Amino acid sequence: MNFEPSAEQTQIRELARKFAQNKLKPLVEADEATETFRPEIIRQLGELGLTGIPVPEAYDGAGLGYQEYCASLSEIAAVCGAYAISVAVTGLPQIILSQFGSDAQKKKYIPPLARGDQIGAFSLSEAGSGSDAASLRTIARRDGKDYIINGTKLWTTQADVASTIILMARTGEPGAKGVSAFILESGSKGMHTGKREKKMGLHISHTMELILENVRVPAENLIGREGDGFKVAMTALDGGRITIAATACGIARAALEVAVQHAKDREQFGGPIIQLQGVSFMLADMKTQLEAAELLVARAAWLKDQGQSFSDAASMAKLFATDTAMRVTTDAVQILGGSGYTQDFPVERYMREAKVLQIVEGTNQVQRMLIGRSLAK
Amino acid sequence: MWYFSDEHRMIQDTVRSFAKSELAPRIEKLDDEEGFNRESFYKMGELGLLGILVSEEFGGTQQDCVAATIAMEEMAAVDASTTLSYLAHTILCVNQISTNGTPEQKKKYLPKLCSGESIGGMGMSEPGAGSDALGMITKAEKKSDHYLINGAKTWITNGPGGDLFYVYAKTGPDKRNLSTFIVERGMPGFSTGKKFKKMGMRASPTGELIFDNVKVPLANRVGEENSSVKAMMRNLDIERITISGISLGIARASIEVATQYAKERKQFGKPIGAFQQIQERLTEAAAWYEACRALTYQAAKTWDLGLMTGKEASMMAAKAKLQSAQMATQVALDAIQILGGYGYTREFPVERYMRDAKLIEIGAGTNEILRVIIARQMLGEVADL
Repeated sequence: MNFEPSAEQTQIRELARKFAQNKLKPLVEADEATETFRPEIIRQLGELGLTGIPVPEAYDGAGLGYQEYCASLSEIAAVCGAYAISVAVTGLPQIILSQFGSDAQKKKYIPPLARGDQIGAFSLSEAGSGSDAASLRTIARRDGKDYIINGTKLWTTQADVASTIILMARTGEPGAKGVSAFILESGSKGMHTGKREKKMGLHISHTMELILENVRVPAENLIGREGDGFKVAMTALDGGRITIAATACGIARAALEVAVQHAKDREQFGGPIIQLQGVSFMLADMKTQLEAAELLVARAAWLKDQGQSFSDAASMAKLFATDTAMRVTTDAVQILGGSGYTQDFPVERYMREAKVLQIVEGTNQVQRMLIGRSLAK
Repeated sequence: MWYFSDEHRMIQDTVRSFAKSELAPRIEKLDDEEGFNRESFYKMGELGLLGILVSEEFGGTQQDCVAATIAMEEMAAVDASTTLSYLAHTILCVNQISTNGTPEQKKKYLPKLCSGESIGGMGMSEPGAGSDALGMITKAEKKSDHYLINGAKTWITNGPGGDLFYVYAKTGPDKRNLSTFIVERGMPGFSTGKKFKKMGMRASPTGELIFDNVKVPLANRVGEENSSVKAMMRNLDIERITISGISLGIARASIEVATQYAKERKQFGKPIGAFQQIQERLTEAAAWYEACRALTYQAAKTWDLGLMTGKEASMMAAKAKLQSAQMATQVALDAIQILGGYGYTREFPVERYMRDAKLIEIGAGTNEILRVIIARQMLGEVADL
């Protein structure tokens, strides 16, 4: 066992921390209020090599692993959850194509995403198909050298600014075996974004409805073979879960830092409130849960980097880290009291951001289902 | 509750239909824009809700704490923000004047407060005195025919826009030398700060009260000089019981939305209500809500019957609020989880319920201070060693 971060991990963490503190911190409050997403932030992160961390250098990635990826996401999330999500979502098409794409697909689509020149998206959920992803109804029908896609997708992060969207559609029988994965480019005729969801938090990150009306996609944009789509999606989500868990850890750590600082500064009953057991024990639990979550995330990332089976580890990391982020951020609001409830401090935002992490990339109910299923084998 | 009177049930029906027709159509926009439902206060006045604890002589309907808690629960099941402003008005200001004021003060202020013509609030917390309420430093100096008040109050519900405030200030060197004053908007030197931007309860304006050499007539002092601590604590008790009603309302609404969703939403070929994980959350929520409801109305009835006094009564109120407030936050969080992505959006009200619920773990005594109150009563001196 070795708990020391590598030189690369430390370097990436520092790089991401500095960017987040210097570039994101000054704009996050105002941009959250106006729901403004800035593509140039992704470009700047790309210049630092932070948008394609786990992708091979041959495709303009950094050629590093999930441990470095997680370190970066965690630091970005500590300042602005929305950009951590944006980077993680831009990562999904890169990771999917690295693993399942043809050489031509890799060469064409990965580099601009890895460099941060373009933004990526991943489109799976539909109104009637959330946790039960295999029941999706968007149809892709073969027509000569093309597929014609019809349907409506929901909860597609940054579909309004993405250049490359990986989209799951049905090409065959009902259920998982009839699903295929496609690469869609922005501007495709018949593809447009629908309503933008009004959410409780993560306002910088746009959550879009994506409408497909007779969208023609060349057959070479099919990923793998017909029927591979569900496997592609689930594999991507396995890795995605680690990134969401890392995001959760970043938000929780930021909330804990604010809470500790406040507990040291705030005096009631003649002394700083951190001297009161009710407060200090709460902080102790927050710290303990956070450290445990970070270790679970580190282990899941390490297993993935080692090429070992990591699905269960990813599910456990996602379940525990996001539940921890919810508890830690809620308790941080509590420790700041009335101040924590106002928008003068960031903890109420952290709390609103933490909640969605228990829902995305497979709800925590789905994670329990997967872990339970694996135990029952 | 089995002991609700016919009159209680009538109030329940009245408030429920008032909330449905008056509050429901407005709350989403008000929450979005941080507005205030001023008009509905006139309607509450007509329905007798603003003077629910005031005698008829002064424009009230002379009901009891159980009735007030029912009103809170019914209103909050639709719009917790407006309910919080209603509570600050009715319990913190109106009830205090009614309980402790002179006949002249009652005659002067209560009719307008009961009709909704004036909006009231209360001033206790200060920037440096939150949980440590007796650490306040706002000062009232006695002059020939008036008091001169200097200082600042914060976290004042109805502060921005309120007309009348029931304000505590120091009138002596000891921590317990507190006196009470009725301060009116328009008194020279008195101003209210800007509205705080909050996570929830956004349709209930919160802000500061600022006192810069405010001359308050002697006639506006409530009770004897230096003798307000007991009345303040007693009012905190009824505040905590009635605000628990708000937590109950939020939780009940959360459970209703989540249950309906669990029946309708199908995944894996059946309604998600068929899954044990969903059932676990719904059933725990329902059971915890029911337990808190029993505890809260028990505390309200205990208050009405005068079965407890002093610190014992405070402990009872603290227990009700400590549990109800935590319950509501958790239940609202679970409702979001059951609704998944939909629960996170503003198309469903559960994300608002959660944002609103969290406040009650902080306002009217944080969870932490309530535990201190309960511990002191259970452990005596040992609690503070």
